Amino acid sequence: MIWLIGALVFWIAAWAFNVWLANSKAADSIILRVTVPVLFGLTLLVLWEGLVRGLGISQVILPAPSQIGSTIASSTNILWVDFNQTVIKGALRGFVIGALAAFLTAIVIDRSSFLTRGLLPIGNFVAALPIVGIAPILVNWFGFDWQSKAAVVVVMVFFPVLVNTVQGLRESDKMQRDLMRTYAAGYLQTLFKLRLPAAMPFVFNGLKIATTLALIGAIVAEYFGSPTRGMGFRISTGVGSLDIDLVWAEIAVAALAGTLFYGLVAWLEKRVTFWHPSQTG
Amino acid sequence: MRNVVPVLTVLAMLVAFWWAAVAPMNMRAALDIAERGGHTVVPAGSVERRSVPVLRLMLDNHQHIASGYSLKRPRLPTPTQVGAELWKTTGAMAMKGRAFSKRSLIYHGWITLQSTLWGFLLGTTLGILGAIAIVYSRVANMSLMPWAVISQTIPIVALAPMIIVLSNQLGIQERGVPKAIIAAYLCYFPVLVSMVKGLRSPAASELDLLKTYGAGGLQSFFKLRLPSSVPFLFTSLKVGIAAALVGTIVGELPTGAISGLGARILIGDQFGTPLAIWSALFAAAILAGVLVTLLDIMQRITLHRMGFRA
Repeated sequence: MIWLIGALVFWIAAWAFNVWLANSKAADSIILRVTVPVLFGLTLLVLWEGLVRGLGISQVILPAPSQIGSTIASSTNILWVDFNQTVIKGALRGFVIGALAAFLTAIVIDRSSFLTRGLLPIGNFVAALPIVGIAPILVNWFGFDWQSKAAVVVVMVFFPVLVNTVQGLRESDKMQRDLMRTYAAGYLQTLFKLRLPAAMPFVFNGLKIATTLALIGAIVAEYFGSPTRGMGFRISTGVGSLDIDLVWAEIAVAALAGTLFYGLVAWLEKRVTFWHPSQTG
Repeated sequence: MRNVVPVLTVLAMLVAFWWAAVAPMNMRAALDIAERGGHTVVPAGSVERRSVPVLRLMLDNHQHIASGYSLKRPRLPTPTQVGAELWKTTGAMAMKGRAFSKRSLIYHGWITLQSTLWGFLLGTTLGILGAIAIVYSRVANMSLMPWAVISQTIPIVALAPMIIVLSNQLGIQERGVPKAIIAAYLCYFPVLVSMVKGLRSPAASELDLLKTYGAGGLQSFFKLRLPSSVPFLFTSLKVGIAAALVGTIVGELPTGAISGLGARILIGDQFGTPLAIWSALFAAAILAGVLVTLLDIMQRITLHRMGFRA
């Protein structure tokens, strides 16, 4: 009971504190912009801990955050091996191959406006499809190891990046292209000095969508067969053998990896497209 | 309309590529079958052939290439095989009056559709409510928005088995509930982001005008903010319903579901029937296409009635 009441009191107190912070004069400062959401996340964790302890929920159903934390600390070896297998070998390699392939395809297709007009609607449609479903087929084709996971990621990443890049390459307006012509710039010069830089906000938009898809693809593909390591493997076997705290530890690592991956791409975007209004505003 | 010819051309190119890829993909299996049928194959023996490149095999045994196009369990089925399987499990069964038998994709599509729609409803509601909270409350804006972004970077598939375990433990027997939750998780984010943009889209001068009319908070919400967010809403609904379908299928894949399109894919994998996987995949694609098109039509009608210029 004391846990329940404690968690609720903490929740209300933190919320009130957040309201006070958000309405204070310093609300636009960088410190508060970080503090407020962090405090909000912390409250959720405390509430979770309090509910699990207060209601006496069995750890096979839902372990408390503190317990998940200690599992993470005590099984760093397993977690690292799985992270290496799924994220670095599967997701990252697939992401790089898929994004590069899509980028180059987009540049080639862009030379023909006929193909572009034909491909954009199809690409948009395919990007909305549940492509994860091809995971069992690709596992069948490429075997159980990371190659099949990377293949799933390649297919999932390809279309969002392709569609966004093709759209981005059409972004520079006629005036700008005419100006390049008056400078006697050739196709390649126009591409590298005008059109590719102008396309970058779109390309990064596609890449950011692709980061999440890459992790989803790599993990789902492991449900259909993998060597005895990998996050998806550990999650599916952990649920079966009631190692629920290890499953949650894997989920925490996956969440962290996804956020870091996204953050990395967003950081790169800021570096590359510093001139764009959305970055300066 | 001017895009019809290019789209059809690209589609034809894709199908042609698919058709051409069938030969190398199925060559080894076709040769194994031909050899068992008493034909001479160069080189003899399945194990010996493993070290020979596929193109070499195709050159040496060109008379057997054709049989790769009619395998029962192909590595890569032909478009016509997939089409025939799709028709066999939908249209043909419907004509026999067994549209909702457990072997028909109409039945499995219906199961998936239900979860998708519940998840879509839940996700859209959460997205809209969240957007209203974010637009009207400073503290919600500061604390919710970063977490909404972070929530989408978390691979939901990792959470999917846990959501199912949890809802089982809570005594929820209905198998659709966890799937709908996963669908809602993927679906709420685009709606939230677009609605925040949409509700903030009225210019300051428009809001000021309503103030001079003496309009209260509720009135300016219903008469200005909500109507001007409708175009944003529909665009995000189209993204959202596709995301909800992805979520439902992801929810069906790793969890031992027995009905639904994702479950058909899973079962097709376990029983080694690639045609079942492919037809379920195409059924999912068709379902996604129909849902997005329906929303698109609704968008056109609504925006036209509301006097937006399309």
